[in-house]
Amino acid sequence: MDLRTLTFLIVGLTFALYIGIAIWARASTTKEFYIAGGGINPVANGMATAADWMSAASFISMAGLIAFMGYGGSVFLMGWTGGYVILALLLAPYLRKYGKYTVPEFIGDRYYSNIARVVAVICLIVCSVTYVIGQMKGIGVAFSRFLEVDYDIGLLIGMGIVFFYAVLGGMKGITYTQIAQYCVLIFAFTVPAIFISLNLTGNPIPQLGLGSTLVGSDTYLLDKLDLILTDIGFKEYTTNTRINTLNMFAYTLSLMIGTAGLPHVIIRFFTVKKVSDARVSAGWALVFIAILYTTAPAVAAMARLNLVNTIEPNATENLVYDERPDWFRNWEKTGLLGFEDKNGDGKIQYTNDDSNEMVKVDQDIIVLANPEIANLPNWVIALVAAGGLAAALSTAAGLLLAIASAISHDLLKGVFRPKITERQELNASRLAMAGAVLLAGYLGFNPPDFAAGTVALAFGLAAASIFPALMMGIFNRRMNKEGAIAGMLAGLSVTLFYVFQHKGILFIVDTSFLGNMTPNWFFGIEPNAFGAVGAVVNFVISILVSSFTKTPPDHILDLVENIREPITQ
Amino acid sequence: MSSKTKANAYWQANLKLVSVLLCIWFIVSFLCGIVLVDFLNQFRLGGYKLGFWFAQQGSIYTFVVLIFVYAHKMKKLDQQFGSGE
Repeated sequence: MDLRTLTFLIVGLTFALYIGIAIWARASTTKEFYIAGGGINPVANGMATAADWMSAASFISMAGLIAFMGYGGSVFLMGWTGGYVILALLLAPYLRKYGKYTVPEFIGDRYYSNIARVVAVICLIVCSVTYVIGQMKGIGVAFSRFLEVDYDIGLLIGMGIVFFYAVLGGMKGITYTQIAQYCVLIFAFTVPAIFISLNLTGNPIPQLGLGSTLVGSDTYLLDKLDLILTDIGFKEYTTNTRINTLNMFAYTLSLMIGTAGLPHVIIRFFTVKKVSDARVSAGWALVFIAILYTTAPAVAAMARLNLVNTIEPNATENLVYDERPDWFRNWEKTGLLGFEDKNGDGKIQYTNDDSNEMVKVDQDIIVLANPEIANLPNWVIALVAAGGLAAALSTAAGLLLAIASAISHDLLKGVFRPKITERQELNASRLAMAGAVLLAGYLGFNPPDFAAGTVALAFGLAAASIFPALMMGIFNRRMNKEGAIAGMLAGLSVTLFYVFQHKGILFIVDTSFLGNMTPNWFFGIEPNAFGAVGAVVNFVISILVSSFTKTPPDHILDLVENIREPITQ
Repeated sequence: MSSKTKANAYWQANLKLVSVLLCIWFIVSFLCGIVLVDFLNQFRLGGYKLGFWFAQQGSIYTFVVLIFVYAHKMKKLDQQFGSGE
């Protein structure tokens, strides 16, 4: 069977599975729609959380980023996993104990203020919408690259599938499809990694292979990689820092607290039965995430080694362009690989200076082309397409639910129309979900110019606004509404200010209002890493403001006592 | 113990546990993986430089263990102070 037919078959089968699950897991109450009925097994929830969390970026781009950054790429590995420790120890069990449906609902109740609730809804919608654009693009790209279907048609098919199971099943449908999607994506990610590790090191476990010697030699894989990269003028793979130590520190911290503050991840912990389940479930989520996140650095280093080795089989002899392998030709067609024969010798020179002839090596090919580079069978290549789609669909669905529930539950039921019945709210939530899918689709068709810069914004906002408000709501009894609102607004504005100053207002280039500043002027911290600073500003401002305004009313102090109490019947 | 002092003791025990675990969280990632990485890189774990290993492998494994230790210890605390779930 040829590759295209095989890919259609495997992707078609996974889609049929998702639709089957959607029909089986329809939601009939708001509780089912918002939190899947609240009785999900902690291991199952962990798996769903892992799929919810690992997006097209984790699946397709992260290993590629690490491959080209080396040690500097560790910020993503530590940042996107370490956040779960904070989430599990500081937020998830308490928010589960509080036992409501959404994140803004907790903020609104704890700070006895609809203003706080609305501010939280705004932060939530901005971070989730910016995040969902990336998923929609991922779906379109996966279709166009693997199935040779138009980007637009691919996007429409993807939207149709999400629409079907998210509108019908809400959190319940999303949870069960995410479990299936996790299985698809982890299988698709690890199978090529195992083959490649076996090829290079003889060890089938990529995490061990990365620390092993190369087949038929006494040289360790990482030492070899350091050596050949420095030979062609790159920095050493294992020590290549991202800008400087302070920036690595701030970047990692921003990603960690941003992760802990992302509402679509937090609400997954509302779906388990007990508080103790929420704790264990966070552990399982991280186990399932760690399987991919510890494999990714192995994929990264091995792919980089394979790439350089293909182009320069040995130090004196470079690859003749006309003898390039098939995968090279295939990926040249997509524009992700680009070669320019600068010195006209018909051979490929790959260096880190002006004589470099590999003018384009897109980071995404590291995962996408990996099976081809390693000569793996066609079904493995087809699987990668299904895995990428599973990663993008599962994250999109989780984000859309967070948006829909904030609109129907927080804005409509909570603030504007408290009197609507459960039936009406359920209909409203389906309507909000449908609207969110359409909005996300629209943004996928017309990605705004600022799409590339939005990840910084999503994590920055979550870290600087939502996380501190939640954490102090639990750990600082005295925190009142004045402090929390001032803190959220301060954290938000400082982060926006910094990101916009560097990347342009609303990401429009050349609108930096303070003139042309040296990039990263604040102690060398890049805009993507600024959420941590925003969070510190939030903490400081809220504590200051709360210390000279009134203590919260008694029923709020009781509420805080209550979520801190040991769990009893 | 009155329910108030009991709740208080539970909360203090919880804070202590969380602080210890967060210290370890900080040490394996921010210290071993970032601040002390050059120092640790002179040691090796198989083919890995030790600092590099912490940054790309070791910290993640430790995170997983930390969450399960937390869940387990909290369950014990709940049984000790409350009446279990």
